[in-house]
Amino acid sequence: MITESAAPTTSQREPQDNQKSLRPSLFWRLGKPIPIRLDWALRTASVIVPLILWWALSSSGIVNPKFLPSPIDVMGAFGRLWAEGLFFDDLSASIFRVGSGFLLAAVLSIPLGISMGAFAAVRSLLEPIMGIVRYMPAPAFIPLLIIYLGLDEAPKIALIFIGVIFFNTLMIMDAVKFVPQHLLEATYTLGGSRRQTLMQVITPYVVPNIIDTFRINMAAAWNLVVVAELIAANEGLGKRIEIAQRFFRTDEIFAYLIILGVIGFLVDLSLRVLLKATCKWAVD
Amino acid sequence: MHLEVSGLHKQFATPQETIQALKDVNLHVEQGEFVCVVGASGSGKSTLLRLIAGLEMPTTGWIEVDGERVIGPGADRGMVFQDYTLYPWMTVQKNVEFGLKLQGIGKQERKEQASYYLGMVGLVEFAQSLPKQLSGGMKQRVAIARALTSQPKILLMDEPFGALDVQTKENMQQFMLELWERTGTSILMITHDVREAVFLSQRIYVMTARPGTVRAEIAVNLDKSRTRQTRELPQFKTYQDEVTAQLLVST
Repeated sequence: MITESAAPTTSQREPQDNQKSLRPSLFWRLGKPIPIRLDWALRTASVIVPLILWWALSSSGIVNPKFLPSPIDVMGAFGRLWAEGLFFDDLSASIFRVGSGFLLAAVLSIPLGISMGAFAAVRSLLEPIMGIVRYMPAPAFIPLLIIYLGLDEAPKIALIFIGVIFFNTLMIMDAVKFVPQHLLEATYTLGGSRRQTLMQVITPYVVPNIIDTFRINMAAAWNLVVVAELIAANEGLGKRIEIAQRFFRTDEIFAYLIILGVIGFLVDLSLRVLLKATCKWAVD
Repeated sequence: MHLEVSGLHKQFATPQETIQALKDVNLHVEQGEFVCVVGASGSGKSTLLRLIAGLEMPTTGWIEVDGERVIGPGADRGMVFQDYTLYPWMTVQKNVEFGLKLQGIGKQERKEQASYYLGMVGLVEFAQSLPKQLSGGMKQRVAIARALTSQPKILLMDEPFGALDVQTKENMQQFMLELWERTGTSILMITHDVREAVFLSQRIYVMTARPGTVRAEIAVNLDKSRTRQTRELPQFKTYQDEVTAQLLVST
C-alpha cells in the first residue's frame, strides 16, 4: 500500500493489479501443491542447509571442537564404530526392542481400538481409564518395570508397549468413529449382520488410518527405547550414547543421533510406501 | 410382494422437545409398482423410508412386507441412498457382489450375478474401477446394481438423483424406468422433485410437513413406457399441477 501511493507509476503500468482481487502466488497458495522441482529443491535444502551450517560453525573455530565435532569427525566416528563391530549389535538390540514392544501393542490395539470405536459400551468401559493412564509418562514406569521384570529385555519391551498401546488404541477408535453411518446402513440393507459389518466394512475402512497411526506412534516407540537404554542396558543405541557421554565422545554421540534419525525416517518412509501400495483407494 | 404401512407414528425426543416426524401415515405398494413419495423438506419422507428399511423403529404403527412385520433392516428391502454409499476400497465389481457375499453365496455365482446387473446398468467396462474414478451418475448406477443383485422384494430409493445435474438426472430417470420394466421390481422412491415423481410413478403420495403425514394419493395414468416426449404431454402438466397444488396447500 505504501509503495503504491509513493510510486504512482507502478499502478499506471499495471492497471489490472487492483486491491480487490487475490494476487496469484507460487509460494503461499493455501493447501495447494507446489511445482515438483521446487518441491525437491526445498526438500534437499532442508537437509543440506543445516549440514552446511553445522560444518561452517564447527570449522569457524568459534566453538570448541570438543563440544561440536565437525561432520568429518563424525564420519570418522562412524567408521570407528563400524570397525569395532559394536554398531551392528547396538542397532539390532534396539530394533529388536522397538519391534517386539511395538508389535505387541499393535496386535492388541487394533481389536481394542475398533471395538471401542464401534461399541459405545466398550468405549464407556475403557475410555476413562485409558484417558488417565495415557497421561502417565511412560518413562515414569521404568523403576516399577525394573522392580517387576528385572533388568533384562522384558522391562524395555514393556516400556515401549505401555508408551504406545494407549495412543494406538485411541487413535484407531477415533478413526472408527468417522466411518460414515450410511455405509453401515447400506450394509444392513444388503443383509449384513453386525459381525459382518464390523469385520468386512468397518475394519477395511480404517486400515489406512491404522497404518498412519502406527507410523506416527513409531516415533514414540523409537524415543522410548533410547530412554530405556540410557537407564539400564548392556547394549543398544541409547546405552552407547550414555557410554560416549562418560568418555566425552561427542563425535560418537552425534553419530548415534544421526543413525537414530535416519532409521526413524526410513521406518516412516516404508510405512508411507506400505500405505500407498495397499490402500490405493485412500491415497491422493 | 405387498408392502403395507399402517398407522405409522414416529417421534424423536430431543433435550428441548419431542418432535413429531410422522403422524398416522398409511400407504401401500403392490407387486411391480413404481411409487413415489413427494414432500417438502421436513415432511418426514426420509424418515418414512428409513422406517420401511428397518433402520429406525416406529413409535407406534407397523410395516409389513408380504405379511411379515419389519423389525429391522434386511436384504428383502434394498436401499439406495442419495450419497451413493459405495465401499471405497472395493472395485465396482466387488461392490455389486457384496450383498451376495454377505449372504454366503459362492464366488462363481456371485461373479455371474454381479456381471449380469453391471451389464444391465451399462457399466461392464468399469467393473475393475474404484468408485472414486466414477462420476456421480455412474456411482449411483453401481449402487442401484448393488441393491438389485440381492434381488430384494422392493427397492427403496431416498432421493437417489438429488445430487446430480439436470441432464444426468433426466438420463437416470429414463434409465430407471427401463430398469424397472426389465426387472419388474417394486420401487418406492422418495423425492422432492414433482416432475421426477410424475415421470416415474404409477402412484404418488404427497406428504405435508410438521407433522409429516400423507395428504393425497394420486394415480398417474400415463402410458407405461415413457420418454422425453411424455414430459411435453398436456396430461403430464395436469398431473404436475395437481401434485404441486397439494404440496402448496400444505405449506
